[in-house]
Amino acid sequence: MDKYIFLIPLFPLVGFIINGLFGKKLGKGIVSFIGCMTIGFSFLVALFIWKDLLGLEPEQRIFTQTLWEWMSVGGLKVDISFLVDPLSMLMILVVTGVGFLIHVYSTGYMYEDESYWRYFAYLNMFVFFMAMLVLGGNYLVMFVGWEGVGLASYLLIGFWYQGMDNAVAGKKAFVVNRIGDFGFVLGLFLMFWTFGSLSYQDVFPKALELFEHGGLSLNSPVLVAICLLLFVGATGKSAQIPLYVWLPDAMAGPTPVSALIHAATMVTAGVYMVARTNILYTLAPTALLVVASVAAATAFFAATMGVLQNDIKKVLAYSTVSQLGYMFIGVGVTAYWAGIFHLMTHAFFKACLFLCSGSVIHAMGGDQDMRHMGGLAKKMPITYITMLVATLAIAGLPPFAGFFSKDEILGKAFAFPYFPVAGKIIWFIGTVGAGITAFYMFRLIFMTFHGEFRGTEEQRHHLHESPLTMTVPLVILATLSIVGGWLGIPELIGRLLGHIPNLVEGFLEPVFEHSHNILVHHVHHHAHASEAVEWTLMTTSVVVAIIGISLAYYIYMIHGKELPQKLAERYSFHYQVIYNKYYVDEIYEFLIVLPIYYLSVFFWKVVDAFFIDGIGVNGPAWLVKRLSSGARLVQNGYVQTYGTFMLVGLISILCFFIYR
Amino acid sequence: MAGINEYIILASILFGLGIIGFLTRRNALILFMSVELMLNSVNLMLVAFSASRADMGGQVMVLFIFAVAAAEVAVGLAILICLFKHIKSVDINKFDLLKW
Repeated sequence: MDKYIFLIPLFPLVGFIINGLFGKKLGKGIVSFIGCMTIGFSFLVALFIWKDLLGLEPEQRIFTQTLWEWMSVGGLKVDISFLVDPLSMLMILVVTGVGFLIHVYSTGYMYEDESYWRYFAYLNMFVFFMAMLVLGGNYLVMFVGWEGVGLASYLLIGFWYQGMDNAVAGKKAFVVNRIGDFGFVLGLFLMFWTFGSLSYQDVFPKALELFEHGGLSLNSPVLVAICLLLFVGATGKSAQIPLYVWLPDAMAGPTPVSALIHAATMVTAGVYMVARTNILYTLAPTALLVVASVAAATAFFAATMGVLQNDIKKVLAYSTVSQLGYMFIGVGVTAYWAGIFHLMTHAFFKACLFLCSGSVIHAMGGDQDMRHMGGLAKKMPITYITMLVATLAIAGLPPFAGFFSKDEILGKAFAFPYFPVAGKIIWFIGTVGAGITAFYMFRLIFMTFHGEFRGTEEQRHHLHESPLTMTVPLVILATLSIVGGWLGIPELIGRLLGHIPNLVEGFLEPVFEHSHNILVHHVHHHAHASEAVEWTLMTTSVVVAIIGISLAYYIYMIHGKELPQKLAERYSFHYQVIYNKYYVDEIYEFLIVLPIYYLSVFFWKVVDAFFIDGIGVNGPAWLVKRLSSGARLVQNGYVQTYGTFMLVGLISILCFFIYR
Repeated sequence: MAGINEYIILASILFGLGIIGFLTRRNALILFMSVELMLNSVNLMLVAFSASRADMGGQVMVLFIFAVAAAEVAVGLAILICLFKHIKSVDINKFDLLKW
């Protein structure tokens, strides 16, 4: 089956081409069919490849396929090649599986839109590039996918481009991403310079070999530089500090886009990249510390920003930034499988949350402000229940999915092998953040679904549950939010329940084996806290989550009518700062955007218009015109003048020859 | 007997007169006559040298010049007649449209 790896990206590419070129004439039925079935087929192919992969011994679970040589220039040889190992297998299953559900949902959500065909074309294009990203066998193919999903994101955020704000949001996403990509490319340069190749199967063995035989020491500057530069790219793509600012604005796009791209898949590319590069990161502890610290800060601060937002999608956007922070904490403390596990569970419950919010927005006739909602539980029971399930998952309550993945990450952070003290601090920040997460998510639930409806009469009449095309994916994703976590039950609990293995950890183990060996042999502190500590940590996170939920219940349910207002007035300074997201956008605008803007205006008006156009181009033309308007006066039309000139010329030539 | 020098002087004076006439007179017909004067002075010079050096080349060239001069006068006068029909004058100062 490994000969068919290329089909996974090929189906969406074909779908993109057909829907893109002919979609307008094909009609909604065919466009939906092509759009969804291409992803469906990709998912099926992925399942078959998975089956084959499982048939192999764990150490041998690698499929590769090389399509053709892309370039061979100087010492650089890059092929269009794919590599399927447990890591990329898990990723592609999530991408195509959740992607398929979101495509089906979109057939309902986008039904009224007149650019229906363009939407599905772009969505298929996105899945194509995402597949290239996760299946690529070298960093350059990954980068092609990396850039491509950025493009798809831009096109889809600005899908309703007729609105200026949407177009601006798309532009912001692309530009901020590109800044990160600059760091990524520098990292690639350095990687090639150090290892002579960009292919996974060249770089990682070479790095291990250099480490074993002394060419590359632990924490060598070159390695740290590579890892940090690649992480800069990840901060852009996966919305970490300082390049997260595009993601809240990206909510301007259609809600299924937010679900697929800005929750489940594209933004997770950075986490995948770090996990893929795990060997280099394990050998560069400083880089790991930076990753984990930035991630912890992001997780915390984004959570605080989500607390006061009134737009339902903005809450989810900040939640995504925060949860991505948790994923990076996971990979940053060398718990690579935990980060990927959280990626998977997050894909389930965050996609579910976004699609549910889309359902709510549809029912509210396009209104996204939670202050106008309330009491929707009775009108939209399926949406309510699925959203509640997903919220319980993200809050980290057992036995829902989020508990297992988030808890694994925080537990591993507490026992960070390289930096035990920093690990404890990161654990603390992460745990507080988890409490805040539970708080703002349940605030969302209470404000949206409970209490009394606060919107207009017209909106109240319009409230309805969504059609099956939308509710069925919701139910599937909610179910996955419950059972998805059971694939990664930690050993502690698994033992109690009768030796249930940690399936995800076991599946991903071969990919992270070398990192694990390095940690075991070269680092004295073991990444294993004692059992008592682990139980304590686990109960702490559950308790913190319950505190968060209770606080939300107290403020928004019991005293929902006056307390939020009074608190906002009492702590108005804090309220304003947090509500305005710490004014980060304004600071960036002032420090970075405006200087660049004025510099550009200078280059335009002065350098280009005045110097280059005025003096460089128009100048000589003006000069020629002036000179010739003088010179042409010689031609006065009188034959005798011309005769005189001829005579003078003749005499001068004769004199010249006589007196030479 | 007139030596070659006299003929050279005569031809030069005639040529000079032709030039002066060409550059200073206003009437187009006088211009043509000056041009003919220049050409014929050259003819005289050529014939004189041909006789003094017993070289027939000079006389052959003169025959060519006669033919060309005749043709040139024919064309020139034809153009002048067309011009006169439009401008009603042979004053060359009036023929000044082909200018800046």
